[in-house]
Amino acid sequence: MGKTLFDKIWDAHTISTIDGGPTQLYIDRHYCHEVTSPQAFDGLRQRGLPVFRPAKTICSPDHNIPTIHQEDPIADPVSRHQVETLAANAREFGLTHYGIGHKNNGIIHVIGPENGLTLPGYTIVCGDSHTSTHGAFGAVAFGIGTSEVEMVLASQCILQPKPKTMRINVEGKLPDGVTAKDIALYIIARMTTGGATGYFVEYAGEAIRNLSMEERMTVCNLSIEMGARGGMIAPDDTTFAYVKGREFAPSGEEWDKSVAYWRTLASDYDAIFDKEVTFRAEDIEPRITFGTNPGMGIGISEPVPASEATDEAGAASYQKALDYMGFNVGQKLEGTPVDYVFLGSCTNGRIEDFRAFANIVKGHHKADNVTAWLVPGSWKVADQINAEGLDQILTEAGFELRQPGCSACLAMNDDKVPAGKLAVSTSNRNFEGRQGPGARTILAGPLVAAACAITGVITDPRKL
Amino acid sequence: MKQKFTTITSTCVPLPIENVDTDQIIPARFLKATSREGFGENLFRDWRYSADGHPNPDFVLNDPTYSGCILVAGKNFGSGSSREHAAWAIADYGFRVVVSSFFADIHKNNELNNFVLPVVVSEKFLAELFTSINADPKAEVKVDLAEQTITNISTGNSEKFDINPYKKLCLSEGLDDIDYLLSKRDDIESWETRHQ
Repeated sequence: MGKTLFDKIWDAHTISTIDGGPTQLYIDRHYCHEVTSPQAFDGLRQRGLPVFRPAKTICSPDHNIPTIHQEDPIADPVSRHQVETLAANAREFGLTHYGIGHKNNGIIHVIGPENGLTLPGYTIVCGDSHTSTHGAFGAVAFGIGTSEVEMVLASQCILQPKPKTMRINVEGKLPDGVTAKDIALYIIARMTTGGATGYFVEYAGEAIRNLSMEERMTVCNLSIEMGARGGMIAPDDTTFAYVKGREFAPSGEEWDKSVAYWRTLASDYDAIFDKEVTFRAEDIEPRITFGTNPGMGIGISEPVPASEATDEAGAASYQKALDYMGFNVGQKLEGTPVDYVFLGSCTNGRIEDFRAFANIVKGHHKADNVTAWLVPGSWKVADQINAEGLDQILTEAGFELRQPGCSACLAMNDDKVPAGKLAVSTSNRNFEGRQGPGARTILAGPLVAAACAITGVITDPRKL
Repeated sequence: MKQKFTTITSTCVPLPIENVDTDQIIPARFLKATSREGFGENLFRDWRYSADGHPNPDFVLNDPTYSGCILVAGKNFGSGSSREHAAWAIADYGFRVVVSSFFADIHKNNELNNFVLPVVVSEKFLAELFTSINADPKAEVKVDLAEQTITNISTGNSEKFDINPYKKLCLSEGLDDIDYLLSKRDDIESWETRHQ
């Protein structure tokens, strides 16, 4: 029997398996940000340990950092302390650190791929659930807790139960005006928010193969929102073309050897998955969410559906979500006034997202009732926006660009949506209070976000 | 933190809500601390307190009727962010066990790594348990790690629960994964020599 992409990489990194317990897995790349790492470094100090393989860990602050005036000290003393703690830990333990203002600084899941630090066949972890993003390269990449961050720092290994495998096929051709974000939100709504828990997902099928690397990252990024341990896509010529020539990617003879190995990673034709699901790309339209988890989503033309819960707790939870959002069953959301629009995050903060947004708003003007936050995922993305002249298009349409960071995705800095306000956000979570206490979030792709930003109401970009 | 786990009998705190995500367990704005202590005071912060900081009398943690070191929650508990701060908040508040019919993976690992036992029960057992607690807030539950059983003392109904033998040993002996991995340094180095 053949092996899956996941099994090939997992098995190649298995040092041992504890009887009836977890696998001891070797980690090729460890990303570190300021929020989930300080207690892990403290743990090392308490045990008197160095970092075992310092070259394999890359640090970049992203969650807390302001998106304006980054040249000034961070005003919030607690945020400042956390960011400074990461820099101090990196210095003490001899780790690479891309601090605020560094040319390689940005959201950790954006800078890893764009610098060639994320490679096919790798095992990749980070104290962040959206580490699944890197699976787009054909890597086994998943989020971990701080105790596990400490394990990786101390031993370059992690103890992890082996997940089951699932293949999600998206066959056919994607309709015009439908983005990778819409594919992901469609899959999550069909699978539900916990529907892939316990599984590692491989995305396959014509519609997935036709995606660019950035679109693949958007799809894999959202795997955790249906509970999956991670998501991945087999590396192919699209992958190799993206990786080639990046700062830390292999080169010369090493490159040829690497590509030859990477070509062996795709799931074998006779590989068996624990679960297999198939969707049709033609069924997908631009998506929005209406509730307080990413699984509560609809096509933009559809009404808010009735609960499918079969028990009291389920029905109550559904109603609680609708009450929080202020929506009713049967209501259509197109035309609903929007207060905030956020373009950015590790889900949709890359150059293609800014191109898509600029393409819609070109020749229009931002609606007066909308506050828009446009936050590039990294300095490299910001520089590319300027190099392509997108900044001019955006400025002429009444938008301002901010500086890179996680920003309003989780509102750990000052980019908070006020209580009760409705935000259309290209980020990854619409949980209660995620974008600020009391903030109401509708998740969408960059095209829907752009359409809402110029009309001031929820708008189908295909109708502009 | 490294508290050995044996048998626990306690009253319960019921939270019959599904898909309780880690942003609800501990909102992001409380993740700025650089130590592990003190997160319990912000556990379920935005459900527990109003925007001006007053306790919300309708939330179960503010209701003196309910107490105990067992949290009973609706299915898919701990979805979303990988923040271990959620497990620290649960442990720091004083919970030793979380009972649900379904847990998100990362959070489940985080609980285990902090000596909080996630107990997965059937939907039926969970619904009955909520009914028992509703009828009598002093209803007790017994969790026996050695036997891997959970008993609703009000009804006498009992269920076996799963835990991998390695994690069971860690919990009952108060060992953590780093102790184990440090003992494997030689294996790791020889693996690196063979593979790099």
